[in-house]
Amino acid sequence: MLEIRNIKKAFGGLEVLKGIDLDVEKGDVVAILGPSGSGKTTLLRCINFLEKADEGVMRFDGEEFHFGRVSRREIARIRRKTAFVFQSYNLFRNKTALENVTEGLIVARKMPKAQAVEIGRRALDKVGLSDRYDYYPHQLSGGQQQRVGIARALATDPEIIFFDEPTSALDPELIGEVLAVMRALAEEGMTMLVVTHEMNFARTVSSKVVFMEDGAVLEAGPSKEFFESPKEERVKAFLRTINQEKESL
Amino acid sequence: MSERLIDILIDSFGKILLPGLAMTVPLTVISFTLAMGIAIAVAMVQVADIPVLKQLARFYVWVVRGTPLLVQLYVIFYGLPRLGVILDPFPAAVIVFALNTGAYDSETMRAAIESISKGQIEAGYCVGMSYGQIMRRIVLPQAFRTAFPPLSNSLISLVKDTSLAANITVLEMFMATQRIVARTYEPFALYCEVGLIYLLFSTVLTWLQRAGEKKLGKYGPM
Repeated sequence: MLEIRNIKKAFGGLEVLKGIDLDVEKGDVVAILGPSGSGKTTLLRCINFLEKADEGVMRFDGEEFHFGRVSRREIARIRRKTAFVFQSYNLFRNKTALENVTEGLIVARKMPKAQAVEIGRRALDKVGLSDRYDYYPHQLSGGQQQRVGIARALATDPEIIFFDEPTSALDPELIGEVLAVMRALAEEGMTMLVVTHEMNFARTVSSKVVFMEDGAVLEAGPSKEFFESPKEERVKAFLRTINQEKESL
Repeated sequence: MSERLIDILIDSFGKILLPGLAMTVPLTVISFTLAMGIAIAVAMVQVADIPVLKQLARFYVWVVRGTPLLVQLYVIFYGLPRLGVILDPFPAAVIVFALNTGAYDSETMRAAIESISKGQIEAGYCVGMSYGQIMRRIVLPQAFRTAFPPLSNSLISLVKDTSLAANITVLEMFMATQRIVARTYEPFALYCEVGLIYLLFSTVLTWLQRAGEKKLGKYGPM
């Protein structure tokens, strides 16, 4: 459904993405792992055109786009079928939870208000916020704000949702509620591309893992294989460190 | 205080307040409304990084902030007729006050717009909104709230600055006072009186500011 070929991106002279390939099938939950600075977030932002990649091809939904020369109209068309969940939530601070979810439907998609509100309420119900429709972001906890962010993504009925480290900004005790929502989405068959540091989530929820280091994919494959019999020495070392950290807690 | 002085003060109160309500208030309201339009447009041109217009905007702010208000009034009212442009006192004053206040307020608006997190703009794009929609519905309402206290400052300044329009024959509060002084020779009492009336106007605006801030505060601290 989503195919990326040879995507490249440099900031100034620094190559952040050195030609990456990525395949996502419908219903896949792909976890992108790797140490910080490996280019995971940049990859995700380039795929949704929040950063402009220098080179590469994207095939999405039967259409082909070239990152170097994609038009504004094409970007708008792709974004209609995708959604993005941010590390720092990025809720509209002057809008209530419900308005955050309905804003894109009413303003961008010209949906009648009543219908948008209906969809918005359902999306918030789904992430467990049926009692928080009229709360402003500052009245919600980080975990609740991120769930509004997920509801906002769901409301547009996307074919794929991109998650950029959705739990990294959260206090430890709030991470669980967000992961639970994501887990439920995965079980419903939602296609998801998730940049994350949550090994447990990657291990138990994702169907595929892509391990990045230094702007390139070091290893990619089904999650089970990745965690049980990693091929690359670097990946083994990475997993060992993670496990040791866990045991020392 | 002599009885005569008390009579003069009482008698003049209405004669000063009336041009205040009939001239100072409309001059302020019309000028400030236009100034806000100018400020938003000039700020947006810079934030959206539109070539040429952006340079023009900077040039405008540079010239207007860098020259005295009184000089600007004189250039427009006494200077322009030399170039064949003759303006009545009131429109001349409105043009100068709007351009002057607009220049300062555009910087306030620009700072306020730039203070809104880029993440909200990105989120707007991701739900399919256009740049214009994001500005109108997400960024500007929040920027306006941030800018509200400094904009209130600017409005209160403007109320008092309209007294300079007396120099170009606009019959507002201060000029009305000058006329009464010329007749009665009581400069101290009468100039204090008009000062108090300006203070009264500013006090009302301060109340309005407080009420406005309360209303805008509903979605919490930034």
